[in-house]
Amino acid sequence: MNQPALATRGLAKSFGSLVVASDIEIELPRGVRYALIGPNGAGKTTLINLITGMLRPDAGSIVLDDADITALPPEQRVRRGLVRTYQINSLFPHLTALESVTLAVCERTRAASIWWRQLPAYGQEIDEAFGILSALNLAAVCQRPTRELAYGQQRLLEIALALATRPKVLLLDEPAAGVPREESKELFAAIAGLSRDITVLFIEHDMELVFRFATRVIVMVGGRVLVEGTPQEIASDPRVRAVYLGKALDKASAKGLEKLRYD
Amino acid sequence: MALTEKMASPQLYLRAQTRWRPSEIVFWLATLLPYVLFPNYLSLASQIAISALFALSLDLILGYAGIVSLGHAAFFGVGAYTAGLASKYGWGEPLTGLAMAALAAGIVGYATSFVICRFRHLALIMLTTGFGLLLAELANSLGWLTGGMDGLQGIHTWKLLGYFPFDLYGRTAYGYALAVLFVLFLFARRLIHSPFGLSLRGIRENFVRMPAIGAPSQSHMRTIYTIAAAIAGIAGALLAQTTETVSLDSLGFERSAEVVVMLVLGGAGRLYGGLVGAAVFMIARDQFSGIQPQYWYFWIGILLVAVVMFLPNGILGGLAKLTSRWSKS
Repeated sequence: MNQPALATRGLAKSFGSLVVASDIEIELPRGVRYALIGPNGAGKTTLINLITGMLRPDAGSIVLDDADITALPPEQRVRRGLVRTYQINSLFPHLTALESVTLAVCERTRAASIWWRQLPAYGQEIDEAFGILSALNLAAVCQRPTRELAYGQQRLLEIALALATRPKVLLLDEPAAGVPREESKELFAAIAGLSRDITVLFIEHDMELVFRFATRVIVMVGGRVLVEGTPQEIASDPRVRAVYLGKALDKASAKGLEKLRYD
Repeated sequence: MALTEKMASPQLYLRAQTRWRPSEIVFWLATLLPYVLFPNYLSLASQIAISALFALSLDLILGYAGIVSLGHAAFFGVGAYTAGLASKYGWGEPLTGLAMAALAAGIVGYATSFVICRFRHLALIMLTTGFGLLLAELANSLGWLTGGMDGLQGIHTWKLLGYFPFDLYGRTAYGYALAVLFVLFLFARRLIHSPFGLSLRGIRENFVRMPAIGAPSQSHMRTIYTIAAAIAGIAGALLAQTTETVSLDSLGFERSAEVVVMLVLGGAGRLYGGLVGAAVFMIARDQFSGIQPQYWYFWIGILLVAVVMFLPNGILGGLAKLTSRWSKS
């Protein structure tokens, strides 16, 4: 079982003369926690958009479980277990948290195409949705409309929606974006607690979180993969340090690297 | 923990949403009042029931799935001409006439849905308007079939269930239209409380997110568009059968626009919004045109502006706000 859960081959994309992805080759083994880091504009979110089919690559291919999925539309990739969350909350404001997750479960079980039976007949789906919400500490607020939830709770709901699809590979685009530090640790603890069958790739700027929760790290710069390795290798890689130290913008990240090096 | 104890279990909570409320029962009982209170207005009442059904069909796509349409009368017209032609050429049985109209409108709806499901917002308005105009001109040019500007003449509707003749006062017409409205309302109510209905609300709330939870949004949109077209066709057939005439304005732009106005007036996405909106609109038109036959649109305009300014979620949205404020204080 050494075949990767997800792999990309020579993935490339440009908008006019702006190259946002160039010859990207990554391989994610099963069950690994990957962090994807890099300065702003490095093409991290673009890579997620390419992998999940929100963007069409100009060249290259994407392989999920040995099957080439490059031509599949996004929803069919989700059906095969390739699922993402969004950096900016993308939820259903007027649905309650329970309705939202039940919807996602029903889409997976295909109950969502049925219009002649009422929702209460789908007890299993509802219970599963409630179970996911409970596991993420959202049980107490699950009957409130999404727009009334606290921001941190909405971030968790993003993840709950993704889990309802039973992902094999989960791509988290800055799951803790905008969440206070204390809460973001809880959020990452929840991610770390996910089943080991799920391969996780997350984008994160906070180096402390990256080095605590990732088993491997990919560094992207200017639409290319600069280097891939264990957190220790990344922390001591001179090229990575050059990228981060050379950018005043990413002081926090640089500080994180600095700290780790001397810890 | 006190919070969780107070809450109903998730299954019970979702079940409670599908339960009939007392206000709904009162509403349907009230629809019988015209027989007692306004026996001279039963023709108007049947027109209201037909418009209500038409608005209900629009609510399914606009209010629930967020598919904006300015060409919904196309399906109303297809249904009206189908039932009218069937009757003119020898088959005036009303219920099978409805079925034929639903089928014809449903087919046209299904065919156009493949284009519709790829677009949102402004593009949809243009597309649906385009389809509507196209069909209206088609009916106009096929004068040998539709009667063109003169309308379709020579329709005779048989007795309902072989027993109730359609009378001049609209007694049968209102009962017939109301019964059909009620049955299709039950159908629509069941539909929006199904997993599919939840999915439609998901499409309305966040179209972009749906593929990311594995939802085949386009196929959902095609299904509801076809269903809504069939129901609109039935509404059109009802009008053809009860008035025994079909004119070009049954699929004209004005009718498409009016039904949007009715729905917004009553409150979209509430199932009853189209029903209440149709009643308010038609009664207002009847009254205003009695006062000032030439300028009644002026008053309708004022009514619309006032509702949108003071009740942004329609009449029912305003009522819902009031009752929730009441129950809090």
